[in-house]
Amino acid sequence: MIKAVPKPLEEILDQVKDFTKVLIAGCDGCVTVCEAGGLKEVKVLASALRLYFTQAGKQAQIDETSLTRQCEKEYLAQLSDKMDIYDAVVSLACGCGVQYMAEMYNNKIIYPGVDTCFLGVNEERGLYVERCQACGRCILAETGGICPIARCSKRMLNGPCGGSDKGKCEINKDIPCGWELIYERLKTLGQLDRFEKPVDPKDWSTSRDGGPRTIVREDLRI
Amino acid sequence: MRLQYPPNVRIIEVPCTGKVDVMHLLMAFEYGADGVIVVGCLEGDCHYSAGNLYAKKRVNRVKEILDKVGVGGERLAMYNLSSGMGGRFAEIVREITEKIMELGPSPIRVATGKATGPIAEVTT
Repeated sequence: MIKAVPKPLEEILDQVKDFTKVLIAGCDGCVTVCEAGGLKEVKVLASALRLYFTQAGKQAQIDETSLTRQCEKEYLAQLSDKMDIYDAVVSLACGCGVQYMAEMYNNKIIYPGVDTCFLGVNEERGLYVERCQACGRCILAETGGICPIARCSKRMLNGPCGGSDKGKCEINKDIPCGWELIYERLKTLGQLDRFEKPVDPKDWSTSRDGGPRTIVREDLRI
Repeated sequence: MRLQYPPNVRIIEVPCTGKVDVMHLLMAFEYGADGVIVVGCLEGDCHYSAGNLYAKKRVNRVKEILDKVGVGGERLAMYNLSSGMGGRFAEIVREITEKIMELGPSPIRVATGKATGPIAEVTT
């Protein structure tokens, strides 16, 4: 899932300090799971903003809501009735949700309330680790289910490199060498012969090289 | 034990300080508390294993928030006591009440014109 972290409170305070009606909009999707932008975080941020405005002697209306997903028009449309009353919205969704809200409510100021970081897993509560870079052409079948694009710091296709030291990456001793992980996994699977033939260059055309990407699924379109 | 402590303290009982949420603490200040203390069991003695340690992290997070929004993190504190430390509890409540008296009413009560006399909230 998409992983994000809450933006520093002072950054958000600085952005909304001159408004009097602000909506804090969470997203019940990915950002709820990593506890950065769900209803709970909406309530905490709204409370902090109310305290800030009150102690500053300012009357402000800080409302709270959370949508099922901010990356879908149908859910964003639920705000259409009340959007007019707000001066600004702080969206705690990932970058996709913030942008989609800004696109849908063109004349409204939308601020991001989180920093969107990566596609990752929950290793444990509060510990999220990157696993996928959404390169658009998955090669996990050839690498024992461990992605060298996301987990090798150099995104090497024929690793490990000389910087692999006792299973750790040279850039940081806390980062496991992706290719060491791949080697160990292929060994377990009895597929070490894969290392005997070099991997062909990766087709990066499905990655960011062509600018913003689009998926068209004619079988699904109505 | 007939221990005396200031009467302007409201005690809110919870089963474990692990139940105390960031929102409970923030709401106390929104409602105008001048100060809040969270009193949990001694570290390592939590019946639920780590409830008081979770509370400690939440208290620290709320202190940071209070500092940033201009209320002041010094109005919130956490103490760890056993159920046999009633004397120390009364002493802490006296100390914290004095400290809050020195700090004066919460900026929230000052701003809303409700600053008639300090109230300290205690969560045990």
